[in-house]
Amino acid sequence: MGGANGAEQKDLRVIGKPHRKVDAASKVTGQTKYADDLVFPRMLYTKILRSTVPHGRILKLDASKAESYPGVKLVLLGKDLPIPYGALPVSEDEHPLAIGKVRMMGDPVAAVAAVDEDVATEALDLIDVEYELLPAISSIQAALDTPEPRIHEYGEFGNIHRRQVYEFGDVEAGFAEADFIREDITFYEGSTHLALEQHASVAQFGHDGKLTLWTCTQDPHYLHRSLAKVLGLPQNRVRVIATTNGGGFGGKCDPFAHEIIVSKLAMMTGRPVKICLTREEIFYCHRGRHPVLMSTKTGFKKDGAITAMHHRTILDGGAYGGHGVASTFYTGVLQPTTYQIKRYKFEAVRVFTNKAPCGPKRGHGTPQPRFAQEIQMDKIAEQLGLDPAEMRRKHLVPPNSLTVNWLRIGTMGLGKCIDKVVEGSNWRERFRKLPYGKGIGLACSGYMTGAGTPIYWNGMPHSGVQLKLDRSGGVTVFCGSTDIGQGSDSILAYIVAEVLGIDPFDIRVVTADTDLTPVDLGSYSSRVTLMTGNAAIQAAERAKQMLIQAVSAKLGVPADRLLFADRRVSDRENPEKGMTFVEAVWLAETQFGTLGTVGSYKPAAAPGKFKGAGVGPSPAYSYSAAVAEVEVNPETGIVVVPRVWIAHDIGQCINPVLAIGQIEGSVYMGLGEALMEEMTYRGNRKMVHKFPSFLEYKSPTTMEMCDVISYLIEDRDSNGPFGAKEAGQGPQLPVPPAIANAIYDAVGVRIDEVPITPDKVLKAIRAKAKGQEGRYGPTVFPHCDMPASIFVPTPEEGGDGKAVERQPVLA
Amino acid sequence: MLRLPKFRFLQPKSLVEAVRMMSDEGPDALFVAGGTDLYPNMKRRQQVPKVVIGLAQLKQLRTIKGKPAQGMVLGAGLTLTEVAEDRRIQPAYPVVSNAAELISTPLLRNMGSIGGNLLLDTRCNYYDQNYEWRKGINFCMKKDGKICWVAPSSPRCWAVQSSDSAPVMVAIGAQVKLISGSGERLLPMAELYNDDGIHHLNKRPDELLTEIHLPPTNGWRATYWKLRRRGSFDFPVLGVATCLRLTGDGTVEHAKIVLGGIGSYPIEVTLSEKAIIGKKLTEETIHDAAEAAYSPVKPLDNTDFAMSWRKHMARYYVACTLRELGGLPQSLPHLETERSVPALRVFSSGPFS
Repeated sequence: MGGANGAEQKDLRVIGKPHRKVDAASKVTGQTKYADDLVFPRMLYTKILRSTVPHGRILKLDASKAESYPGVKLVLLGKDLPIPYGALPVSEDEHPLAIGKVRMMGDPVAAVAAVDEDVATEALDLIDVEYELLPAISSIQAALDTPEPRIHEYGEFGNIHRRQVYEFGDVEAGFAEADFIREDITFYEGSTHLALEQHASVAQFGHDGKLTLWTCTQDPHYLHRSLAKVLGLPQNRVRVIATTNGGGFGGKCDPFAHEIIVSKLAMMTGRPVKICLTREEIFYCHRGRHPVLMSTKTGFKKDGAITAMHHRTILDGGAYGGHGVASTFYTGVLQPTTYQIKRYKFEAVRVFTNKAPCGPKRGHGTPQPRFAQEIQMDKIAEQLGLDPAEMRRKHLVPPNSLTVNWLRIGTMGLGKCIDKVVEGSNWRERFRKLPYGKGIGLACSGYMTGAGTPIYWNGMPHSGVQLKLDRSGGVTVFCGSTDIGQGSDSILAYIVAEVLGIDPFDIRVVTADTDLTPVDLGSYSSRVTLMTGNAAIQAAERAKQMLIQAVSAKLGVPADRLLFADRRVSDRENPEKGMTFVEAVWLAETQFGTLGTVGSYKPAAAPGKFKGAGVGPSPAYSYSAAVAEVEVNPETGIVVVPRVWIAHDIGQCINPVLAIGQIEGSVYMGLGEALMEEMTYRGNRKMVHKFPSFLEYKSPTTMEMCDVISYLIEDRDSNGPFGAKEAGQGPQLPVPPAIANAIYDAVGVRIDEVPITPDKVLKAIRAKAKGQEGRYGPTVFPHCDMPASIFVPTPEEGGDGKAVERQPVLA
Repeated sequence: MLRLPKFRFLQPKSLVEAVRMMSDEGPDALFVAGGTDLYPNMKRRQQVPKVVIGLAQLKQLRTIKGKPAQGMVLGAGLTLTEVAEDRRIQPAYPVVSNAAELISTPLLRNMGSIGGNLLLDTRCNYYDQNYEWRKGINFCMKKDGKICWVAPSSPRCWAVQSSDSAPVMVAIGAQVKLISGSGERLLPMAELYNDDGIHHLNKRPDELLTEIHLPPTNGWRATYWKLRRRGSFDFPVLGVATCLRLTGDGTVEHAKIVLGGIGSYPIEVTLSEKAIIGKKLTEETIHDAAEAAYSPVKPLDNTDFAMSWRKHMARYYVACTLRELGGLPQSLPHLETERSVPALRVFSSGPFS
């Protein structure tokens, strides 16, 4: 390793050390300003009137009484913002305010700007709306069964938003090679992000015709583009400043109606306009985990080798597209990254329903199929009489290889991850050996470190960094990345400090401002550390070269002997000979003029060349293995998770405290999805969300949080900065299946869906006691007409990554 | 964010003044102590008093009087934290302290009062929603609407009694003192509650709950088991308060078993009591008592958890309380977390003379 990716591991001074976060002090002392803390003179406040029906045509919309209500400055309606938008160019199906039709309870219908929030709230009740009710679609099955009325006029047909079919190698031939075949049907319920900070935005429109929006977004660059489009402004008249995100988890990735609404209101009123959503409204914004029904048919040999997998998914997308097309891909494309699968067929369907739209939540589309695959692996091992840890270990995807679906794997530390958790949990002495009611279970996963392609097609860098060195010896890093709590600002400081041999706290970090910072695509797909890190290394190395030239000439020391450390530049062989970093900066500025450098990063082209090959490729894949320990009360079905051992292959850890924080947060989120979280709607009551509140939407508290024993596996990946891979999402994936597998170990029943609530466990236990199948979960996978596969020969079969005309299978 | 409606806040300096303010202001006024129930309800427009009379400053409501042998008297304004931790209450009435400690979170217990918890508004997840949400379903009969969405053909409201202290106070036979401009009265706790989600209290709006009279500690033992999703925050979806007096040979001579969180009032399961009175606590008699608790329990789909499962749990939880008070082992002693499972969290009361 080394070179452009940084120094040898042993020489690292900042990287890998538990430094404070650069924003820690201001957060713990309450100085951090969130969007809702911003106050401007003459600022107006906005409230949004939302649909009270799940699906309907707007027959009448009269805001005249609200407009004349004292204190109301403006009422905005759908017709004021006619241009549609959406996170992905393929599904721009949203309007900030409904035009003619509403598609879910909570759809925005009108917005009031008033002198204060009370007036705005009161005025909402004065807006007269009449709807013609349309039949509402509440579930996957209902969407398949109900082609009319359509929720959207685009899509495949009826209420099918999207269908995807890929076949890598002849999957039937693969099944023919198998000793055994099993098909398991599983379901993963939808859940939401539950970031503590409620979405808030403030817009200001200047006399220079320029709009500024302060908002808690994870992706200011994409929002910048959507805002300009919908508002009809040139992009250079729009500035997006992402304020500190009080948690994101994917819930602040989409461009949101309220962000566009306050911008438009600011333009129309000439005054600053603010909105802060209520918790209930955030449940309507949602964009969280898709409910996914899955069928996983797998052919395997007696030793557990997988000869073929036919994996089918149906996603309940909710009312809008959002990132849904990408989510749909992700319910299948990363399956082959962990174990060798010889041939793989993947079919996915996304349907529209009259519920809050789903989208990216930590793990984006992959926790669901990982759950399906990992509980099936447990069943396969049981069927074959093999230890599930050893069986997995034996069939890992090799490092530096291509998967069946043309993903290029670099380093692959899953084997070491399995070894760590097997050892840590004392697996061999405990698996299938604990008393009734206690159990342990294992599961694994792989995840990407950054999406290989951007959301809109372009050939430009995914991340850019500018560096300014000034005469104080201070260094400022400018980058479009957005810190959502994961520590991306700190990562920039650590990396630049490492390269330039200064302290991370000597560095100022300016991020997430589309006027001031070069583009970074955003905080999604676990891309930030890898992409901004590589860009930062490039910028810092370029700055370092300028300093080296100046210092080398001055001291008469060869360039390759100069050491940057401890705020000094000195002769490696004669450390007395050198100068301070500040002096080096003076010298360089004298020689070169004002000092500034840039760096950028763009992932290499993906090996797959077929249509749709853009989703799945990543510069590097991270791996995780987890063992969960459970206690199940067989009389109540209540499951408690006392402990989780989790090992994560991180490549190179930039800061162990932040990395373990991400792992523990992932375990927490996985625990919630496994045991209690669910987005529940009352289908027979106008499809209201059952409990859009922090109190009644159940998510674990510290009382339910398990002990977590984390292991960082470091195997530096040549594509990562200093070898680093992601840590923010991957570690969540093995948690729910590990818990489900542990429940089987404890009480001998399979719960093939999440959340694993006590009523489901108890039903399965009672069924088993009566001699029936000890299982709770879906039993039927519904039919949906599918198009022909995009057929791609596998790398092993000598394919070139392109799709081919399907050769007829010989019967 | 959610905003409070506009209201006038009055702060009386004495109980007499508080009662007078209430009679002056009439039906538009409400008393508030800690405000942990009322203010969120006001933000959701479930209650919109024009006048709120604050009691938190009244020292008279925060007294602790009497001796356990004769029965102690708790001021209704004691915070739940005080009730949970007070060195006089805790050893004498551990079941009361422990029930208080199971309520919500430390922060809310620091604000919320014991009287407020006894008078807690009934809860329902069609009712405990924002104004906009409730407007979406044309409201429900408990506030602004005509129908009970939980049971649309029902003429009554099925909102759920959700106080942890209420079933405990009913089970041990406590009394409450209510004062008003027209005098004062002492009411047995069981009579404070009605089987109706709207008119759930036998208390006139102008009456102020000032004291809770705990019974003499003359040999009974009691415990409270609470079922909830999480170890903090959550209201009970089932609470079992059991109070027994045993003779020297272990025969049950007095039994009160009261279920909370499962109906609109604390439900005494007399059939369960009959199953053990005059008998010793054995696995058999406990089983009979637990079975008898099953049919009176009719949970509906208006709280957390699947309703059929909650019904099953009544049996299990009644049995757990009886095993505990009978000194019998719980059914799964090898599960080390059983006793510390948040949803199963129990705090037993020790025996006392």
